[in-house]
Amino acid sequence: MILIKCPYCGERDHSEFSYGGDASIVYPSLDAPQEEWVKAIFFRENIKGIQKETWQHINGCRMWLEVERSTITHEITSVKPCHKNLQKVIDN
Amino acid sequence: MSSQRIDNFGKINREKQFRFNWENKNYFGYEGDSLASALLANDIRIVGRSFKYHRPRGIMSCGVEESGGLVTIGTGNKKDPNVRATSQELYEGLIASGQNAFPSVNFDLGSVNNYLSRFFAAGFYYKTFMGIPPFEWGKGTAVWMFFEKFIRKAAGMGRVSRLPDPDIYEHANDFCDILVVGSGSAGIASAKEAADKKLDVILVEQDNFIGGDQLSETSFDSNNALAELRSLGVRVMKRTTAFGLYDNCVLGLIERVKDQSNPINKELPKQRFWIVRAKHVIIGSGAFERHIAFNNNDVPGSMTVNASKHYLNRYGVLTGKNIVISTNNDSAYGTAEALVKAGAKVIVLDKRENLNSDLSNNNFEVRNGVVPYNINGAREIKSLDIADTVNSTYKKIDTITCDQVLMSGGWSPAVHLLSHRGVKPKWDSENQCFIPGEAKENITMIGSARGIWGKDDCIASGISGALDALNRLGISKTKYFFPKQGGWENSIEPLYEVKYKKSRSKSFVDFQHDVTCDDVRLAHREGFISVEHLKRYTTLGMANDQGKMGNIIGLSLMADLLGKEIPNVGTTTFRPPFTPVSIGALAGRSVGKHFMPLRTTPMHQWNLNNGATMIDAGLYQRPWYFPKKNETINDAYIREAATVRKTVGICDVTSLGKIAIQGPDSTEFINRVYSNAFAKLPINKTRYGIMLRDDGLVLDDGTCWRISETEYFMTTSTAQAGRVMAFLEELLQVRWPDLKVNVTSVSEQWGVAAISGPKTREVLDQCLEDSSIISNDNLPFMGFISANLKGRIPCKIARISFSGELGFEIYILADYANKMMDILWNSAKKFDGCLYGLEALGALRVEKGHVTGAELDGRTTIDDVGLGNMASNKKSYIGSAMRKRGVLSAEDREKLVGFFPVNKKDTFDSGTIICEKNNIKGFGIGRVTSVTHSPELGHWIGLGFIKGGVEKWKDTIVVGSDPIRNKEMEIQVVSPHMIDPGGKRLHG
Ligand SMILES: [Zn+2]
Repeated sequence: MILIKCPYCGERDHSEFSYGGDASIVYPSLDAPQEEWVKAIFFRENIKGIQKETWQHINGCRMWLEVERSTITHEITSVKPCHKNLQKVIDN
Repeated sequence: MSSQRIDNFGKINREKQFRFNWENKNYFGYEGDSLASALLANDIRIVGRSFKYHRPRGIMSCGVEESGGLVTIGTGNKKDPNVRATSQELYEGLIASGQNAFPSVNFDLGSVNNYLSRFFAAGFYYKTFMGIPPFEWGKGTAVWMFFEKFIRKAAGMGRVSRLPDPDIYEHANDFCDILVVGSGSAGIASAKEAADKKLDVILVEQDNFIGGDQLSETSFDSNNALAELRSLGVRVMKRTTAFGLYDNCVLGLIERVKDQSNPINKELPKQRFWIVRAKHVIIGSGAFERHIAFNNNDVPGSMTVNASKHYLNRYGVLTGKNIVISTNNDSAYGTAEALVKAGAKVIVLDKRENLNSDLSNNNFEVRNGVVPYNINGAREIKSLDIADTVNSTYKKIDTITCDQVLMSGGWSPAVHLLSHRGVKPKWDSENQCFIPGEAKENITMIGSARGIWGKDDCIASGISGALDALNRLGISKTKYFFPKQGGWENSIEPLYEVKYKKSRSKSFVDFQHDVTCDDVRLAHREGFISVEHLKRYTTLGMANDQGKMGNIIGLSLMADLLGKEIPNVGTTTFRPPFTPVSIGALAGRSVGKHFMPLRTTPMHQWNLNNGATMIDAGLYQRPWYFPKKNETINDAYIREAATVRKTVGICDVTSLGKIAIQGPDSTEFINRVYSNAFAKLPINKTRYGIMLRDDGLVLDDGTCWRISETEYFMTTSTAQAGRVMAFLEELLQVRWPDLKVNVTSVSEQWGVAAISGPKTREVLDQCLEDSSIISNDNLPFMGFISANLKGRIPCKIARISFSGELGFEIYILADYANKMMDILWNSAKKFDGCLYGLEALGALRVEKGHVTGAELDGRTTIDDVGLGNMASNKKSYIGSAMRKRGVLSAEDREKLVGFFPVNKKDTFDSGTIICEKNNIKGFGIGRVTSVTHSPELGHWIGLGFIKGGVEKWKDTIVVGSDPIRNKEMEIQVVSPHMIDPGGKRLHG
């Protein structure tokens, strides 16, 4: 029963969103060597505490969000658009 | 008679009598009765048989903690097993029966287990799984295999109905400022205080009357209290259980809207499942009185002390005549007083030798320093042996003739909801109970759920709870304090087990699961000393009462054995639900056709009108086949597939995913997403493309059309449409924010028909305003064009074929889809054409070796399915590095092939395992993924995978093994392109 405050739609139940994955991954360029991709795709930290993760507001504005959530308490400390320019667009 | 209804006591409505049926006999009760009180009023004392030993069991409490009176309510499809008689409201015509007994609770053949009890001790099942000593200890499970069916039949309590549930259940949502759980004196005080500050307050009470423990007070008027709360604007929800507390003050509630008998308001649900979001939750869920473990403490007639007071003052039922009350705390004395007033003879055994204040009374005898030792009697209590403590052992000193033994071993605050939030309770040794820990979230515990016993203190704690909530919500800044825990004049003295001198005693810790003190000691001896292990090994606290009465006794025994204090042994975590929740309530309206939303294509009705039999395909319903008179599905699809190859067929393929891609960087985007080259796709051309996942396996396939320099139209498979869309959005928003591209799902905006077969051009000649525009020159294979159907209806026509025949897909605005089908079908009929469905579509594509989700199952690479030449080596794209991983390019990977039966009369099914001859075992060397009868070839064919592919196996006969259907057949491995491998027909 997590609530996620979508920057565009407001606070909504997590059932409107779908979980993406680890938001801390920096994806290699497409022509990067295989080892870099293996690391980005398969290696994950098992974090106890605040974790950065992506969620998509799939039944709302469809925005991809970067969410900081505690894996212990589910407390969400930050929600922002993954796309760097989107926040500015919303603010205007 | 030992329990009976008495005049001038209770709050039941004696004007209104209800007839009910218990074990096939009719009885009477009153409005306001529970089933338990009505049974007791009729002096029915044995209401069930225990789980393992089939011992007679009676009513042991008056609430949700009940672990004796579990009964089955209703019959036929309305049968509801394991209902607590204590919280079942009586209604006219209620039908109830006992459980776990044959032929009846009064005479039960299973009670022979009582004499075999040493075989049923803790860990019985686990040991039996391991092999039974001494015959096969640790060696095997033959004995278990033999006995399993008998054990399974004997295990378990009530039996559920096998019939569909005829009742309706609903889901609902609500919001409020403050939600108060429990309507005892504390909860009512909280609700009033919060409502007074103009807050939106919901008060939840699981009972059908509000008041909580006050219902056992003669002076308390529940209806007045309800009216007052409502006048203050409190939203009171009776018959509603808060079964779970979740993140962000979300509560799961079950509201019991109507009982089974209610013939009126048929449209009302039986139960309503609520999800309520509160800003603050105040929990006044009360406390449970504990029993005491001593020999034969389960004989019908034994009960918790406070329960007896409720039966008297709420229901007007006196539960015994010669009553012994055994206690270690002050709370029992009020009940003793009340029972004497109602005419019972009462003796109080108080474990405590010296009391600060004099609790003795002229009306009843009090014997200090004395404990209950053993109950004599099997089906009812005849007498009680009592003992005193000498050098910390118990010694029998006397026997008291009685018909009831009431027990109070102390009180356990109901910290369940707080425990759902992961807040561990703290041990309060002064009050011998776990009290709630501090919650960081907006949750406040009040009343006896906080460990506060006195009524005035409970009311004060309720007001403080409301003030705490107001402060934490930032509404006020009022100073408040909570009364301290406890509140008895004389402190409680620990009393959990009175140890019986004989071995093999029956001192029950958990009545419902027949767990005795000896079972706890056995678990300790065998090394199961952690609380969580103890629980699982003995099943202590795992019945549907979840150990509300007995858990602490088990803990104290284990603490004793380990020489530790209770808090150092630990406490098990309570998890939702607080009381059982029916599956029907969880399912709500999502049953039958409403199980999931139905997606239909815009020509859904047209398909039905034209004789389609439909099939669920993902969220969609699609035409499966169009049977003519008396045709089976096989007749129909074989005819349809043959017609497509001979003349022409029309098929609704709207369910494909459709995505519009627009923006100056669209070409770059498309080129990064597909594995094959797209950078040079000309305008008005479409191309078949494959997308990989990040890990290099195939995600989906489809076509992509170039509409202009900066605009594309993508189709995806039906199954992956949503996933592909979300992935494209992720790429644009998360990974490549610099690309100026927008993607929009337009799946619902278009209706699509595929028309294919050698007569396609003749059919379309009659359908288009200007048919010259689809000439071979103007619209070559993989081209698309804007056109008008007759009546000047604009559409897009793409020359794409899934069937391997000359074919077009016609895209039209969804609103014109039915009109399009009319136009196409009227023309196709003249050329002996047909409508075809998913089954024929599948047959046609299997013949051609085209892959779908059955082959692109998330485990296959682009090379596995024979499309390796579509993986560009000249560019980088999603998955391009990862697809070259060693495991994905290993020599012996399974490759796509076609399968023919050697004996052309043989059939086979998807899932058949391909094995080498003379080596039919394990995973084999391949598998069949899709099968069909090929009208063209005249026998069954299949698509699938085999290690090494067709090159390795084309001259060798293999075996198809289908152990589930007990089938085996010889199979020939062929190229997956089983028909027209050169693709001449496409270009025809
Ligand atoms: Zn949103």
